Amino acid sequence: MSDHRLNSIEMSRFVADGFLSFPALVPEALNHAALAEMRSDALSDLGYRGERFRDRYQDLAMGRVFRHPPVAGIIESLVGSDSIFDLHALHVLPPRCGASNWHQDAVIDPKAHFDLQLLYFPHDTPRETGGTMLLPGSHFRQINVFEVGRYQNFVGQVQTVCPAGTILALHHGIWHCSQANHTDGQRLMFKIRLAATEPQVRLFDTRDLDDPEVADILAREPFWAGTDSRLEIIHRARLWRLLSGNPDFDLGYYLGRLENNPQRELPRVARNWQAHVPNQ
Amino acid sequence: MPSLQRLLILYSYSPDLASPVCAWSVFDADSTIASQVGVDSVPPYPSVVAAMRAGWRVIQYPLATMAVPGHEHDTGVLKHEVVLEKFEDHPHV
Repeated sequence: MSDHRLNSIEMSRFVADGFLSFPALVPEALNHAALAEMRSDALSDLGYRGERFRDRYQDLAMGRVFRHPPVAGIIESLVGSDSIFDLHALHVLPPRCGASNWHQDAVIDPKAHFDLQLLYFPHDTPRETGGTMLLPGSHFRQINVFEVGRYQNFVGQVQTVCPAGTILALHHGIWHCSQANHTDGQRLMFKIRLAATEPQVRLFDTRDLDDPEVADILAREPFWAGTDSRLEIIHRARLWRLLSGNPDFDLGYYLGRLENNPQRELPRVARNWQAHVPNQ
Repeated sequence: MPSLQRLLILYSYSPDLASPVCAWSVFDADSTIASQVGVDSVPPYPSVVAAMRAGWRVIQYPLATMAVPGHEHDTGVLKHEVVLEKFEDHPHV
């Protein structure tokens, strides 16, 4: 088991926001080697879906990026140590190109657990190069790809501005878009998608599972969601139940209230609901 | 100089048009694909009512919808989409 697993606080941020950012996680020399591969045809083998991720990129610098212990720890925490490779995508933004529309990747996907997408930025990505923009907390929304292209800007949208070697870990459902590249150079980014082969239960470091900050993070309502904000809290509580293995976890007693069925049994009250009541 | 339509689409926090704007889009004769995507993090007006005071005309108010049985907690597109228009002289047409 890796010593670089995410802790419960980091996992709660992933569940709440749908992403985590790890600036400059990959060493400089490895960034140079991976960047050279991205500019060659070394990554032209697209693999196949169902292939074990551990078998991918065996003799490549890109493999060393994903086997770099802090990166491997992120993967292990989110999809376990034997994940399935789904796809990779080399993103090349040409000089002076525009932004993309907001979108979710793949297609509308209502599964309760999640696939992991890792974004690797091998070189510095200042604002003018147009790094990926994300909408924190949008990952539970059931929309189909570019259906959200009608929106241009959100209060709370987050622009990726990062140093070389940065890794972003994304829930498969997060709304995102690339930004305009205003420079005369290319901007490169490498994305992989992974799926778990084991239940995504307590794969992370749970020694701080009872830290009250976990529930505080999960209960922060996303402003852009408006009157649906509480529904997002319900989605987070359900996913946290799955990831923590605690079927009684609740936020604001929203689930407990819904699940109370006096015809069948006494209500099951989560131990922490009183301490974490969102604004109501 | 022709007078052309501009569209301002505001997504308010609630159906109350005085509630804060959460998201927005602008389309006009100069729009290209995604020309306005991600360019600003502060809405052009704090509320729909504020945009109305600035001369924007509401041409669509969001319909009230019932939750679909069995999917009461599903979330998807933003609910409170208000479409406004303004006609302005356009020098490029």
